[in-house]
Amino acid sequence: MRIIVLGVGNILLSDEGVGVRTIEKLQRDFILPAEVEVIDGGTTGMEMLEDLAGADHIVIVDAVRSGQAPASIVKLTGDQVPVFFRTKLSPHQIGLSDVLATLELTGEAPGGITVIGVEPASLETAIELSPQVEALLPELAELVVAELRQLGVAVGRMAKAA
Amino acid sequence: MGKRITIDPITRIEGHLRVDCEVNGGKVSKAWASGQMWRGVEQILLGHDPRDAWAITQRICGVCTTVHAVASVRAVENALQMEVPLNAQYIRNLIITAHAIHDHIVHFYHLSALDWVDVTSALKGDPAKTASLAGGLSNWNGNSRQEFTKVKERLAGFVGTGQLGIFTNGYWGHPAMKLSPEVNLLAVTHYLQALEVQRYANKIVAVLGSKSPHIQNMAVGGVSNPIALDSQSVLTIERLLAVKEWIDKLNDFIKNVYLVDIAAIGAFYADWTAIGAGVTDYLSVPDLPLDTKGTQFALPGGYVKGGNLAGVKPIKSFNDAYFRDGVEESVKHSWYKGGKGALHPYKGETEPDYTDFQDNGKYSWVKSPTFYSKPAQVGPLSRVLAMAAQNHKPTLKYLTGVLDTAGSLANTKIPLTAVHSTIGRHAARAVSCAVQVDELANQWQLLVDNIGKGDTKTFNKPVFPKGEVSGVGFHEAPRGVLSHWVVIKDGKITNYQAVVPTTWNAAPRNEGDAPGPYEASLMNTPIADPERPLEVLRTVHSFDPCLACAVHVLDAEGKPVVQVKAL
Repeated sequence: MRIIVLGVGNILLSDEGVGVRTIEKLQRDFILPAEVEVIDGGTTGMEMLEDLAGADHIVIVDAVRSGQAPASIVKLTGDQVPVFFRTKLSPHQIGLSDVLATLELTGEAPGGITVIGVEPASLETAIELSPQVEALLPELAELVVAELRQLGVAVGRMAKAA
Repeated sequence: MGKRITIDPITRIEGHLRVDCEVNGGKVSKAWASGQMWRGVEQILLGHDPRDAWAITQRICGVCTTVHAVASVRAVENALQMEVPLNAQYIRNLIITAHAIHDHIVHFYHLSALDWVDVTSALKGDPAKTASLAGGLSNWNGNSRQEFTKVKERLAGFVGTGQLGIFTNGYWGHPAMKLSPEVNLLAVTHYLQALEVQRYANKIVAVLGSKSPHIQNMAVGGVSNPIALDSQSVLTIERLLAVKEWIDKLNDFIKNVYLVDIAAIGAFYADWTAIGAGVTDYLSVPDLPLDTKGTQFALPGGYVKGGNLAGVKPIKSFNDAYFRDGVEESVKHSWYKGGKGALHPYKGETEPDYTDFQDNGKYSWVKSPTFYSKPAQVGPLSRVLAMAAQNHKPTLKYLTGVLDTAGSLANTKIPLTAVHSTIGRHAARAVSCAVQVDELANQWQLLVDNIGKGDTKTFNKPVFPKGEVSGVGFHEAPRGVLSHWVVIKDGKITNYQAVVPTTWNAAPRNEGDAPGPYEASLMNTPIADPERPLEVLRTVHSFDPCLACAVHVLDAEGKPVVQVKAL
C-alpha cells in the first residue's frame, strides 16, 4: 500500500500555506510508517507527477474557499473532490488538478482522494499563518492521522520532549 | 469600430494573465497584456538573513522553484564577491539544466502542443500510415505501428468516457488546425511518451537537489551536498551513474522526437513563421559557470538588437556592468505608485496603487522592465540567437538541422529570419533543449572528473561585512533572463527585487508608452473566429507564460475562459 499526504499552498501568503504547515506539524508530532509518504507540494504542478503516480490514496491538505466562516475546517471525499478543484482559490489548484487529470490519462490515478480544507482568515503577504488558523494545526494534524488510521495505517505519536 | 476580445485566464495551468485584443478586419489592431495579481513577495524578504532568501524565493512560483533559488544565492554571492567551489557550480549546473529540460518538454508537449494538434482528429489517424510517415523522419523506437494503434485505442477509450479531462479546453475542429489525422496521432503519441520522459529530468533534480519539488541543497557559497564516494547517504558514484542513465534517455527523446516534431510542425504551419515577431531586441545572459568566479560559461549570452546577429553585445561575467547598469523598471502603466520615472532594481519600489483597467493608463500588476530604455524579448529564442551570434557550435548545428528538416518537409528553403515568429519561439526552445541535454552530459562528466581528482569541496562560508553591499544574481532560466537584486546592510536584507522572465515578456507599455513583447507580437495576427481566438493563444503560449511568478498569487474567483465583448 502506498499512501500520500500532500500539503499544498503558497507559504508566502499566510493562510494559503496551511497545507504545508500542517504536514510539517504532522511530521514533528507523529511517527508514520514507510508506506506513508509526506510531500510538501508547495505551489508546483507537473513536478509532482512522478511522486503522485500510482498511489492507493492521497490525502490533500489545502486552503479552500468553502463559503464558511474563516478558519472553518471542511473534509471532502468522493464526488465532492472535483468541486474542490473548481473553487480555484489559487493557481496551484489548477496545477494539481492537471496532474491528477494527467494521471487519469496514464492510468496511474490514485485509488482515492480526501481533501482536508481550511477556509483562510488571511491571504496577506506573510510567512506566518493568521493566529486563528495557526491554532488549528494540532486539530488538522489529528484529522490527517484519523484519516490514515481509517485507511488501516498504524500511526504512532512522538514522545513529548521532557 | 472593431471587436474586442478578452481572454482571461490565458494559460492552461498557472493562470492569471489577461490579454485584450482589438480586432479590425480579421486582424489584431491593438493588444494589452495584463497581470491580474499583485506580487509582494519582495517585501517579505526585508529584514531577513540573506542566507535564507533562496528558500523563500523558491516559493514565489509553482513552476520554476529552483531558478529562484539559484538566482537568489548568486545575488548574495555577488554582493559579497564570493567564489563558489567547482563542484558546487557543476552540481548547480546539472540541476539548472535538468530543470530547464523538464520545463521545455512539458511546455511544448503538455502546455502548448494542443494549440496546434487536434486530439479529436488523431482518432481518425491510420496507425500504419502514421508509422510510415514517422519512419521517414526519425528512428525513435516509440514510432511503431503497434504503438500508434495502442495510443489510438487508449485515446478512444478516454474520449469515449465523455471525460476529456486534461483535453477539455482544446479548440478541437478549429479552422486554424491544419495537421492531418496521422500527424495528429503522431503528436498525441509523443505527448504521452513525453509524460514518461519528463520524469527522468525531474528525477535528476530530485537526486541532486536532495528533494523535489523544492530543492534543499542550495546555499550561499555553494551547495550542501556532501560528496563521499563510499557513503550511502550522500552523493555517491551509484547515484551519479543513475543520473547518467537518465541523461541518456532524455538525450534520445530530445534528438529523435522533440527536434523532429518541432521541424514537422514548423513545416505544416509555415505561415506562422510570418506571425508573432513583436519585439526583436533580444536579451539573454550567459549561464553554466565553469570557474569559481563566474567569468567563464558553457553557454554564452548577450544582447541582440533588432535581430542583428553581427551586432551582438556579449554579457561576459557575473560582474558584467553592461547588464547591471542597463536594467530599469517602469510603473507608468502598472498598478504601483510611480512618478519617479523608470527605476533601477536596487532602487525599485513596490507600492500598490490599483485603478480600474485603463486602456491608456494603468492596467497591469506587472512592471515594465527595459534594457537601456527599450523593451526586450527574453527566452529560448533570445538565448539561441545570442549563442548563434557568438558562434556556439552545438547551437548552430541544431538550429540549422531544424530549419533544414522543416524546409525539406515544406519543399522550400526556410531562412534563419523565420525564427522571428511564433513558431520560431517553439523551434528555438527545442534547439535550446538539445544544446542543454548535451551540456547536461558535459557537466556530469566535469563533476565526475573533478571528484576523481580528489576535490570534494562544495561550500565556501559567506561572511557579511558591516555596512551596505549590493549584488545582482542572474540566471538564464527556461523562460529567459531572471535576475535577483539584493541590497544588504549589516547582514540583513534592506531591498530585494526579482525581475523575472515573464515580467520582461508580459510587460505592459513602458515609460515611453512602447508596448511589451506579448503586446507587440500580437499585432496583425489573423483571427479566424473572434469567439474562439486560438491564434492569440498560440502566440502568447509560444512565450511560455508563467504569470504566477510575474505577479502575486491572489485571486479568489474562477472566471470564464473567454469573454467576448463587442465594442
